[in-house]
Amino acid sequence: MTKTLEISLFIFVLASFLGYTVITRVPGLLHTPLMSLTNALSAISIVGSLLLAGGGESTMATVLGSIAVFASFTNIVSGFLLTDRMLGMFKRREAPSRKAATPEVGP
Amino acid sequence: MSEVMNDTVIPLAYLFAAACFILALKWLSHPTTARRGVRVGEIGMAVAILSTLFKFEIVEYQWIAVALVLGAILGIPLGLVPMTAVPQRTALSHAFSALAAGVVGTAEYYLRKPDLDATTMIALGLEVVLGFLTFTGSLIAAGKLQGIVRDRPWIYRGQNIVNLAVFASALTMVGLLVADPGRAVLFPIIIAVSLVFGFMLVIRIGGADMPTVISLLNSYAGLSASMMGFVLDNRLLIIAGALDGSSGFVLSIIMCRAMNRSFTNVLFGGFGAEETVGAIEQRPVRTVDPEETAFLLDMARTVVIIPGYGMAAAQAQHKVRELTDALLRRGVDVKFAIHPVAGRMPGHMNVLLAEANVPYDLLYDLESINPELPQTDVVLVVGANDVVNPAARTDQHSPIYGMPILDADQAASVIVVKRSMRSGFAGVDNELFYLDKTQMLFGDAKAVIGQVVDELSKLPAKEVAGR
Repeated sequence: MTKTLEISLFIFVLASFLGYTVITRVPGLLHTPLMSLTNALSAISIVGSLLLAGGGESTMATVLGSIAVFASFTNIVSGFLLTDRMLGMFKRREAPSRKAATPEVGP
Repeated sequence: MSEVMNDTVIPLAYLFAAACFILALKWLSHPTTARRGVRVGEIGMAVAILSTLFKFEIVEYQWIAVALVLGAILGIPLGLVPMTAVPQRTALSHAFSALAAGVVGTAEYYLRKPDLDATTMIALGLEVVLGFLTFTGSLIAAGKLQGIVRDRPWIYRGQNIVNLAVFASALTMVGLLVADPGRAVLFPIIIAVSLVFGFMLVIRIGGADMPTVISLLNSYAGLSASMMGFVLDNRLLIIAGALDGSSGFVLSIIMCRAMNRSFTNVLFGGFGAEETVGAIEQRPVRTVDPEETAFLLDMARTVVIIPGYGMAAAQAQHKVRELTDALLRRGVDVKFAIHPVAGRMPGHMNVLLAEANVPYDLLYDLESINPELPQTDVVLVVGANDVVNPAARTDQHSPIYGMPILDADQAASVIVVKRSMRSGFAGVDNELFYLDKTQMLFGDAKAVIGQVVDELSKLPAKEVAGR
């Protein structure tokens, strides 16, 4: 096994465990935003696609790379936009309505 | 200059981006910090993309520019979809990320063959197989969620054997390529077989299993991106893909537990495929009208609302919020009980209610609300069925036996808003509907809850603070 592969495998396994730990702390309330955010983040594969699309190695590489850049960038734009919109909708009760709902005054 | 860029600046930029991504997920653990998480994720992404554009390997920019512009043109409307369309948008985004991984893998193979060492070829093979099967699988899932593809599972005899054989043949061909990467003739066949397998895997899944399947496809898409990181020797990609993959995996586990089923059962079980036979027996149920419902809710001290996919299908979430506001104003304590698999994707009910301006501190999950249900005066079930079926606790022969449910039957009284007496997704009759304490409010959820709100407004004002 090459040194590069060894390091990469270490990173993969550690990142998976880290992901597992961090994600189990996300409450069920936010599972939909979680999915759209991780989706946007994994579209970081765009960095590989950019090298293909702009590398000028062959027509096929340029075409396939451009398709991948398009697909990834769609996910980046829509993923961040949607996640932010959804999170903006999660609000707590404002103080006045909270008071009306659970009156502190006893009988 | 460009060496410094490629060897030092860009790796550091990637490291920075990886740290940003981890922070983004960490901050998502609470609604108050979550938006900060999105910001930091965006910063990491921007830094990674911009620094990549300075790599000296990139010699032409015109196609990149075209792809970025088209991506933004499609991405903006997809980011602005209404909350009811979020499940299909999510399935579509899995298709896109899988497609990106699949085509990059394909290009890398043709550029580098036959000089691919065994490990790179394994990673590349997995990237392409997972990428293309997730692509068609997610497209079918999106089609089902959008109602373009038939929602009922499509099942035939021997389907599992056929599916497994197809998948095994794809892996065998990858194995042959690992042994000799020069067998280029196999590569298009692998792509075709993977595309077919993704189609066959998801075409047999029914609507209520979508939360699990979407999570699983999410996991595959992430894993495929991670494999691409191995092929391109890019650690940022490995990390981001692993985070995405483990996120999908964690969500799949949560969904499976919430249905008391295994992965194999979801993927190969064909749950809910049989049309119900014989269960259509006519048993008497008690019915109630909106006027009396308003009266019963108004008399209650505590009301728990249990929403299900029916609420989303009827677009009733705004009326439900109006009802909640009216009851809160009249001094009734209202809470929502959200089952993990309610809806069509993880957390679906929460975003729908959040969009309708229901405050999130009124939303409770299964574990925290169940102990309160025995002390609840009225449970209002809106378009939920299997998740409140007591057969899951009592009837060992029921297909949903063992599934954790919301114990609606423990409350003092139950009102069920339902279109008709049709059984739920699992095709099982629901004992809850026939209990003496249960009353059925038949009709379209949006319409009848609107009527309940109107009736509530006609009731005389009452002393709120004096309870």
